[in-house]
Amino acid sequence: MSKTVREVPVVWIQAASDSGCTVSVINSAKPEIHSVLLQEIVPGRHINLRFQATIMAGQGEPVIRILDAAAESNEGYILVVEGSIPLEEKCCTLGQRDGKEVGAAERVRELAHKAAAVIALGTCACFGGIFASRPNYSRSVGVRELLKRERIETPLLNVPGCPPHPDWFLGTVAHVMLFGLPAPDEVDELGRLKLFYGRLIHENCPRRAHFDAGRFAASLSEPYCLYLLGCRGPQTSADCPTRKWNNGTNWCIENNHPCIGCCEPEFPDGTSPFFVNTLGMHAPALRLDEQGMLRPTNTDSAFLR
Amino acid sequence: MATVVIDPVTRIEGHLKVEVLIDGGYVKEAKCSGVMFRGFELLLKNRDPRDAQRLTQRVCGVCPAIHATAAALALDNAFGIDGKLTQNGRIIRNLILGSNYLQSHILHFYHLAALDYVDVTAAADYQGSDADLQSVSSFLARGALEPFVPRCEGDYRLTKQENRAATAHYVQALRMRRKAHEMLAIFGGKMPHDMGIVPGGVTVTPSVDKIAAFYHSVNELGAFVENVYLPDVLMVAGAYKDYFGLGKGADTFLCYGAFDLEGGTSDPLRRKRFFPGGVVDGGLNRADVDAAKIIEYVTCSWYEDRGGNAHPTQEETIPAQDKPGAYSWLKAPRYDGKVTEVGPLARVLAAYVAGHEQVKKAVDEVLTSLGGKLPELLSVCGRHAARAIEAKILAAALADWVMQIKPREPAYIDYQLPAESEGAGLADGPRGALGHWIRIKARKIDNYQLVVPTTWNASPRDAQGQPGPIELALTGIRVRDENNPFEIVRIVRSFDPCLACSVHAVDWRGRSLARYRIA
Repeated sequence: MSKTVREVPVVWIQAASDSGCTVSVINSAKPEIHSVLLQEIVPGRHINLRFQATIMAGQGEPVIRILDAAAESNEGYILVVEGSIPLEEKCCTLGQRDGKEVGAAERVRELAHKAAAVIALGTCACFGGIFASRPNYSRSVGVRELLKRERIETPLLNVPGCPPHPDWFLGTVAHVMLFGLPAPDEVDELGRLKLFYGRLIHENCPRRAHFDAGRFAASLSEPYCLYLLGCRGPQTSADCPTRKWNNGTNWCIENNHPCIGCCEPEFPDGTSPFFVNTLGMHAPALRLDEQGMLRPTNTDSAFLR
Repeated sequence: MATVVIDPVTRIEGHLKVEVLIDGGYVKEAKCSGVMFRGFELLLKNRDPRDAQRLTQRVCGVCPAIHATAAALALDNAFGIDGKLTQNGRIIRNLILGSNYLQSHILHFYHLAALDYVDVTAAADYQGSDADLQSVSSFLARGALEPFVPRCEGDYRLTKQENRAATAHYVQALRMRRKAHEMLAIFGGKMPHDMGIVPGGVTVTPSVDKIAAFYHSVNELGAFVENVYLPDVLMVAGAYKDYFGLGKGADTFLCYGAFDLEGGTSDPLRRKRFFPGGVVDGGLNRADVDAAKIIEYVTCSWYEDRGGNAHPTQEETIPAQDKPGAYSWLKAPRYDGKVTEVGPLARVLAAYVAGHEQVKKAVDEVLTSLGGKLPELLSVCGRHAARAIEAKILAAALADWVMQIKPREPAYIDYQLPAESEGAGLADGPRGALGHWIRIKARKIDNYQLVVPTTWNASPRDAQGQPGPIELALTGIRVRDENNPFEIVRIVRSFDPCLACSVHAVDWRGRSLARYRIA
């Protein structure tokens, strides 16, 4: 490890969140989360985690002062935002100022201005996610939408997923710390690093041979292609098939569960119903029957319905 | 008199504000406010019922498994397949839920609660060979101590050795809770937000390699709970003995029970469960749970009165942000009109009084080692002890249950989606009693309601002016230093609040959308 260690300040706030993104990040196996908290995450750099409500020691006014100090400083911290941002500000408040609650949206506005970069963590922070799904009672938006409305030009990186894989987040952070902001050809039009989100799940799915040959699961516990049971693999960009989840233990499709498209901007309204095929995508092994339903052309297939 | 406001309360899940009025050093009045509102039941309306367990899991990223479980139970009930689940399906759902209990309790004690009792700076001049302590000591030497500062100062009572050991265990516990999630993913697909629990059972193919991997993992976790976690709880309790006399809130304790041991009857409260359900009073008398006795009050909540103060199935909730006298997005559930606590303490009491052998033995051992009596468990230390006791017993049970899986038998059964139906799913998660209720019309969710554990515990005052459990637990306590309110935060955190779960907008009759207004 290096002799001089530069502290990289990070302010992590949670808006309308379920803390799932936090829990996923602390599930990181490589590096382990204690390394991220205590050690140099890349040579010569330590993350100085100024604010993170789930694990920080302090509470109340003393920690709000940290947010206020950051928003007034010129240190160039990285702002991590978890959760969607309700434009109905009373729906999510974080601390007080002059005896009145301050909305999470106000906190994000103030902190995004002075940040060197913003990382939107999780589908809610990136695109609105679950809490922005219809009817979107709290008028929740993702960070990108908020920054656009407020004309805040701080660079933004999106790390979607519900929750995101810890590698996607820590890999994005490592990139920023080692090489600065990614080059334009390293991110897609949704601000996601192509390294993690560059290919559709369908392209690398271990069950792709079943899809091509027309072996479709008729029931949720079967080990065949889950497309006709609603799988959103063809709609979803992420490296889950190769990276897998929880330190390589398993992942959704391997568990016989269709992908629900949790990384996508249209999650969940545009990727549900989760167990009904609405993609209507044609394939060599599929045909439309008289009712306009997709069926396997292979009549020996297990698919009966 | 002085008002102390703690906003945000950190090291919990979600957004909570606590306000106390202090007179002569004692808390005269306490108010607990949930300050986030996401309208979950509104977004569930008109969706495919089979999406419920995936969507409701997103109520909470710390305890999604219990929401998936309760949703699946409600759907099993609505689809008429309660009694038809396979053994494998029932067992594997218990393994998924149980794995998350272990993760949640380890996370709670070490990463949410411990910093109120443990001084990590004791590792500063560590010279030994423990790699975890070395990394803490190097970190401390560099001087940039966030997020471990700022913090309350002036009441850390462990010795230097004890602080060092607990700090090393804090780091080790980060690893162990991660492993609990990896263990869960064996059968659940991934975590957070498992992809395995569905109506009809679980999707996973329960192969022999998974059984072996889970068994190995749960034994490793069980050893951690027995040799590190539980002893650390006893060590902290031993140094903070006054907290056996602090933090008692309600006089009524409720649990629905958890971990089905047999195929379901239609009433989840009548099912044989590993942790039995029950309602226990302060005198340790036990009765069966009668769900008809649950009323949710909205007197001090930001919802219109005319729709509230009723049983969950009769409520109509209309948000009213500027209602006079209201101070929380949480409603105030009460059982039989009484302020009621839910959670591990409620489960341990219900099991103890029902004569559950392992719980009784573990509780008696803890009481003996601390020289205490059962009523002292109704306290801050009691709650921490209850979690560790539960974790120990559950780890052993999970190891037995995984061995009952039969790989050649199915873990899932199919069903027909009904056009019209109703169902209820009631079970205890790590933080306490959780209920999901669904009504299906025209094959869509017509209404969906959740009454969640932290709503009980962090509730505001009800129509009779009775404060909620956390508010009661804070009332009358001595706060030695308002600038370092250890007593307040230790009491609040002992309840393991999960605020994302506890706030919701209910509309049983589907009319609140039209009447919603932001004043």
